[in-house]
Amino acid sequence: MKKECVAMLLAGGQGTRLKSLTKQIAKPAVYFGGKYRIIDFPLSNCTNSGIDTVGVLTQYEPLILNSYIGIGSDWDLDRKYGGVSVLPPYVQSEEGGGWYTGTANAIYRNIKFLNQYNPDHVLVLSGDHIYKMDYSDMLDYHKASGADATISVIEVPWDEASRFGLMNTNESGVITEFEEKPENPKSNLASMGVYIFRWDVLKRYLIDDADQEHSSHDFGKDIIPAMLGDYKKMMAYTFDGYWKDVGTVASLWEANMDLLKEKPELELNDYSWRIYSKSPNQPPQYISHEANVQNALINEGCRIHGTVDHSVIFYGVHVQEGSVIQDSVVMPEVKIGKDVTINRAIIAAGSVIEDGAVIGDPSPDSDITLVADEDSVLAKSYLEQIIK
Amino acid sequence: MDRIAGIINLDHEQDVLDELTYFRCSAAVPFAGRYRMIDFTISNMSNSRIESIAVFARRKYRSLMDHLEQGKAWDLDRKRGGLFILPPDWNDPTDISKGDLQHFHNNIDFITRTFADYVVVSGTQNICNINFRDVLEEHKASGADVTVVYKKVEELYPEHRRAHKLTIDDGGRVTDIHNDQRSNNVYMDMYILEKNYLYGMIEDCIAHGCSQFFLDGIKARLPEIHIHAYEYEGAHALINSVESYYRHSSSLLNGANHEDLFKEEAPIFTKVKNEPPTKYSQESKVTNTLVANGCVIEGQVEDSILFRGVKVAKGAVIKNSIIMQRCEIDSNAILENVILDKDCRISNSRTLIGVPEKPYVVAKRVSM
Repeated sequence: MKKECVAMLLAGGQGTRLKSLTKQIAKPAVYFGGKYRIIDFPLSNCTNSGIDTVGVLTQYEPLILNSYIGIGSDWDLDRKYGGVSVLPPYVQSEEGGGWYTGTANAIYRNIKFLNQYNPDHVLVLSGDHIYKMDYSDMLDYHKASGADATISVIEVPWDEASRFGLMNTNESGVITEFEEKPENPKSNLASMGVYIFRWDVLKRYLIDDADQEHSSHDFGKDIIPAMLGDYKKMMAYTFDGYWKDVGTVASLWEANMDLLKEKPELELNDYSWRIYSKSPNQPPQYISHEANVQNALINEGCRIHGTVDHSVIFYGVHVQEGSVIQDSVVMPEVKIGKDVTINRAIIAAGSVIEDGAVIGDPSPDSDITLVADEDSVLAKSYLEQIIK
Repeated sequence: MDRIAGIINLDHEQDVLDELTYFRCSAAVPFAGRYRMIDFTISNMSNSRIESIAVFARRKYRSLMDHLEQGKAWDLDRKRGGLFILPPDWNDPTDISKGDLQHFHNNIDFITRTFADYVVVSGTQNICNINFRDVLEEHKASGADVTVVYKKVEELYPEHRRAHKLTIDDGGRVTDIHNDQRSNNVYMDMYILEKNYLYGMIEDCIAHGCSQFFLDGIKARLPEIHIHAYEYEGAHALINSVESYYRHSSSLLNGANHEDLFKEEAPIFTKVKNEPPTKYSQESKVTNTLVANGCVIEGQVEDSILFRGVKVAKGAVIKNSIIMQRCEIDSNAILENVILDKDCRISNSRTLIGVPEKPYVVAKRVSM
């Protein structure tokens, strides 16, 4: 049976700039927003956009990611035909196989998976960004323009533009040039890492690229430049919603803080565009007599006896009397003792913070402190797998 | 391991929670911020590895069916066994059964087809966190025909008047089942017995024109059969009136009660709504309150329970109240000792005040 569009989600990245947060889990499995993991956003976007067939390409530390995705029921992707398929690297009979050597290589090695659905178009996504996007609108634009490839772009401030892969376009949105992190940007349209290709065209480029000995087998470095070089029709699709790369500790913290604004750009409380995730199945949160909670996002299973100000608290967190948490992100199942002070910090899942601890620097320009007690993280994640 | 099947018998549960049971049976009444009463019974069964469960429903079960779906939330969407919601649609012209025995008789296939050796039968008005495997162990050790579950309550409240009480000898054998108002051995409307024994009793009851399985089949035969009593010692709430509903809801604000009921090793499951975390604004002031997900709180809330998706606007004040799913409380409204059913809207500056002994109950979807 044919599918018009199949999504391929690149979820094998290590995310080294997230430091110990990704020591044992792939970047797309990193927690965000009091309840979610990063990968919930592209998966929910697929479901909400009517894309019911998603291949998830895993490689780095896939244990948590594999069990988290499961058969995709939490995103309504447990389908009789299509649904979610986790696609790890594998051994091939003649070529021998081995690790995915680049983003393009990962798709190349799964041509057979895509051929099963005989799709007209392939949507390539990365599991690194926080955003709500209707991919079906982008697909309509891609089809209407007759493009071979459509790349979703977002306007970024000019002074930050040189951090991104930039698309130079003409007036009608045709991409004329692609520059990876140029020193002197000619455009401020940054690639969001969301691509739609005509499958017949992409397949040809993937096969050609696989034979290139010196290729890094990467979409941004090899496939897109090769297509541009051949004057393929490539369109830029401008997205104007909230989009954030949460690749560093600081940007992850900042994106969490963005949710606390009175009218956040990214509204999670949105019936028309739910972000789905695996439910931790815990009782309602309890805010005690002594508690003082302001400007916060707090999830189920929490028991708050202290002060929470301008912070995001994931499920199952206990905060005892006298503790003050400000401008911080506290990930699941963290137990915070009495009279603890936490400022501008990210506390990794499962950490235990002892009575009287002082964490983080309250001054506004200070670096974000990351607390990750590796042993307790491991113990808890392991426990999570067993319980769920 | 012995296999146990479960029957949740709602037939004799009256819809006595006033406005809350106008359009739903009491098993489907929302409780504790995100659950329905029946979630506790089903979760207890599911946590006790009971994988085949029938629900005997007779009235007002639309909301119940909507909630239970295929049983996925309790891990009961199974190929072997699973959840069976069995409303009264039966058309056997030779059927002479009466009362709740109609359910047992007309759904006898559930009992004959199950692979289980034992059957637990339970209502939903006794909220608790019980392990039926422990009950089964004691049942087997006692050699009894039937084991009934009871709670020794510390203090008798009006809700216990209607419950059956047990007189028990030193060996744990039930010697009398009665309504003595002074007794604090409250029968929890749960019993376990062998499947074949249950089957024989059902046939026998119907043949003799009985109508209530527990009263006519078990209680009436007390002299002939061996009934053992299993004492449940955990958190317990018997809810059969608005007053008991309100009092037991409030008691969940007490940390110890809450911990007894919601155990990490035996979680209570419910239908997942995919709500985001609750958002507290700069002006919010919340104390001693249970809050479910998806709420947006800008006002003041104390000693209360907020279900999923409740919105409390700036300047609104909520005290000693239970606010169910998706209610919206507009600015400067004042609610005290109030129970709002789902989807209610209280507009600007309205004041609703009940008394602690008799909370003011507002039916579902009322705007005022």
